[in-house]
Amino acid sequence: MTTDDTTPAHTRPTSPHLTIYKWQITMVMSILHRATGLALAFGTVFLVAWLWAAAYSPDCFTWLHGFFGSFIGKIMMFGWTVAFYYHLLNGIRHLGWDLGHGFELRTVDITGIIVGVSCGALTIVTWIIAFSVKGAM
Amino acid sequence: MKKSNLRTPLANAKGMGSAKEGTAHFIHQRVTAIALIPLTIWFVFSIISFVVSDDSSKLAAWLYSGVNAGATIFMLVALFYHAKLGVQVVIEDYLHCPCIKLSALLANTFFMYGAALISVIAVLKLHLHL
Repeated sequence: MTTDDTTPAHTRPTSPHLTIYKWQITMVMSILHRATGLALAFGTVFLVAWLWAAAYSPDCFTWLHGFFGSFIGKIMMFGWTVAFYYHLLNGIRHLGWDLGHGFELRTVDITGIIVGVSCGALTIVTWIIAFSVKGAM
Repeated sequence: MKKSNLRTPLANAKGMGSAKEGTAHFIHQRVTAIALIPLTIWFVFSIISFVVSDDSSKLAAWLYSGVNAGATIFMLVALFYHAKLGVQVVIEDYLHCPCIKLSALLANTFFMYGAALISVIAVLKLHLHL
């Protein structure tokens, strides 16, 4: 394509965007990778608050644990568990691509499904361990 | 020779080309990602196995170990740097108004580095029983 000073901006070609594509596993997983990354980045607020409270404010620490143990707190923690395993497993998938492996369409779909299923399984295992430890205390 | 260029003449004149830092960003994101694979798994399972309690003394006792405190600090530094790099890309992709973009990038940098500092200080305090 040539650069033309007289061509108005609105006639320039635009790249295709999300709205014109058929939904498929690869794009859903790509979007989820970013979404879970953002959710985890937001979750660090609670990690910092938890560590800070442990070091400087026992009252605040007790309050935070009450919050994490509440219904809303548990929902948030469960969401972060899912986001953590998803981002971790899909991140490993990304590292594989960075090394040049697994680009065949079939492989991409298979590894995607493995990530989704493993994410669910690890989340359940983690919560079973957490509840069994809590029950044993 | 036919000139092949998608950039407008104005953009060319303004000289807003590549920042030439993309490769370092890419590599740092991957290096921190690799470090975080074992560190986060270890941290999550340690916390749910040994530390879950509304009494902070259990966390302090766990962090009294040099290995636990050191690995936790390593994880925190890698975590916040990785998060800073990731959120930065999201901001650069979706926020286009220069003023909002710049504010968001600054807020991201200050929050992530500040959070890393605060959490590392907290871990050190618990480790040293100060």
